[in-house]
Amino acid sequence: MRNPLLRHATVCVALAVVLVLLTYVFDAFTDYKIAGVAIFFIAAAGLTVLTGVNGQLSLGHGALMAIGAYTTSLLLKEQPQLPMILPLLAAIVSTGVAGAVIGVAAARLRGPYLAGATLALAVGLPQVAVHYGSVFGGNQGLPVPVPTPPSALGGDFPNERWLAWIAIAAALITLFLLANLVSGATGARLRAVADDEAAASLAGINVARIQVLAFVVSAACAGLAGSLFAYWVGLTAPSGFGLSVSLQLLSAIVIGGLGSLSGAVLGSFLVVMAPFTISDLAGNLNLSSDVANNLPLALYGVVLIVTMLAFPRGIQGALFSLWRLAKRNLRRPQAPTVSTTA
Amino acid sequence: MCDVAASLPAPASTSLDVANLSVHFGGVVALDDVTLRVDQGEIVGIIGPNGAGKTTLFNAVCRLVSPSSGRITYGGRSLFDHRASDLAGLGVVRTLQGLGLWSRLTVLENVATTARPRAPFVNDLLALPSAERTRLQARDDAMRILADLGIADRASAYPSSLPHGVQKRVVIARALMMQPSLLLLDEPASGLSAGEVTELTTLLRGLRERMGIALVEHHLDMVMDVSDRVVVLSLGRVIAAGTPAQIRANPDVATAYLGEQVAHA
Repeated sequence: MRNPLLRHATVCVALAVVLVLLTYVFDAFTDYKIAGVAIFFIAAAGLTVLTGVNGQLSLGHGALMAIGAYTTSLLLKEQPQLPMILPLLAAIVSTGVAGAVIGVAAARLRGPYLAGATLALAVGLPQVAVHYGSVFGGNQGLPVPVPTPPSALGGDFPNERWLAWIAIAAALITLFLLANLVSGATGARLRAVADDEAAASLAGINVARIQVLAFVVSAACAGLAGSLFAYWVGLTAPSGFGLSVSLQLLSAIVIGGLGSLSGAVLGSFLVVMAPFTISDLAGNLNLSSDVANNLPLALYGVVLIVTMLAFPRGIQGALFSLWRLAKRNLRRPQAPTVSTTA
Repeated sequence: MCDVAASLPAPASTSLDVANLSVHFGGVVALDDVTLRVDQGEIVGIIGPNGAGKTTLFNAVCRLVSPSSGRITYGGRSLFDHRASDLAGLGVVRTLQGLGLWSRLTVLENVATTARPRAPFVNDLLALPSAERTRLQARDDAMRILADLGIADRASAYPSSLPHGVQKRVVIARALMMQPSLLLLDEPASGLSAGEVTELTTLLRGLRERMGIALVEHHLDMVMDVSDRVVVLSLGRVIAAGTPAQIRANPDVATAYLGEQVAHA
């Protein structure tokens, strides 16, 4: 299928069908975890466009998620009955605007300076919520009501499955749009700017504009993810958007395979699910509480390190190499004359 | 704004005029009162020893460095009013000594990405049919240029996997995709085999009818062979200008650069 519109639409619809069916197979808690992966993926996909494709390193995406989450929570504080789509859209817009402002500053910064500036954002922004506690709820944060499924789905439809559906829909729409963007002419310009700015500029590409564009797109994704995250946790508090969130997003896109959206899917799955799985494992081993409490974090670190050592180009890169190897091995028996004459 | 400029027809007598141009880097004088002109349909060779200011001259024309004084106009328009990224839209296209190929784009994408006009960002985001049409058109145009340069079979390769000579052709293909009316070539012959230099010479002669070409090059035989006029820079100053024959006969040039044996040849 050469037409990107058809190709991306088909993949997203197929994924939607499979994932929705899975939410019926799994229990409510697993549905809740699926929603978590989908939400995390939205932010990771945005970061993929910025860092993986356009080459701008951001250590501050957790802070951008916070902007989305607080936009949602503040709106709901004033208007608790708002249909969910409005706070989500408001979060996308407000974070997109914030992304434009940060992007203009970022377009003047390179490498470690950009990393430092976004790091400052990640550390500093949550403190604003603490400082202006009367507005943002301080360390306690602002509560967010659990989204309830429409009555048409039946009285016993679990909230977790409904949230998973919303998160899956948002994630797949994000995937569809970003896949179009990255595979299109804009994607090529984003890569060109990352590869060689002077050559891009001489080719008529406005480097600063492309860099700001990447920041806005990436921030809008982070805003949507932050808004959904607020619904997922049921609370928006500074502790939810610390530096660790930014670093987890970065680990997800690197482990998955930098610059690839499918890599962002795999990385998000690993980063969100690994802690749950490892905790379950540690719980079943009858360890002393000291060890059991710390084992997940230690194992999590080990998993990340081993993954990077084994697959330097990320999981997606490893799968791609495997696929090529398999293709070559499958072809070989059919064309023996080629190998003997070559 | 560059798109507006691109839509304007180029004036018939489009020429690059550099007048009294000086560029200082701190206390270092890189260019000192340089004046030169490149007309449509001519190839102007710019030669000089290392550090003479040849690449700085190109950088100043392309708005990559800011001159301390002087004037640069193209087709009567001051280039100082434009950014580096506007120049391609004005028809001023420059290649880089370090090639500047985009390593994560294929050869075809390297060429097609410079196409104009461009689909708006939102069309790309939604993969609208118009964006796809623009993209396919650009690929077709790029493919044709690659075929003209004899490297169509390398279209899907990544630049780093190609021999140096092929990479240099991709650089020229990318420049031609921008439909230049003035082409600034920074050492296009460096690292090429003798056969490849001959091919390049033939190519430049073919291009001359359609555009003005300024050529910074160390390969003197090639410059003398292909250029209509030659400008010699030394320590940031123009020390000679004229036809290749005049330059060969100029004793100042021989002393500064060419060496005695050439002067006596």
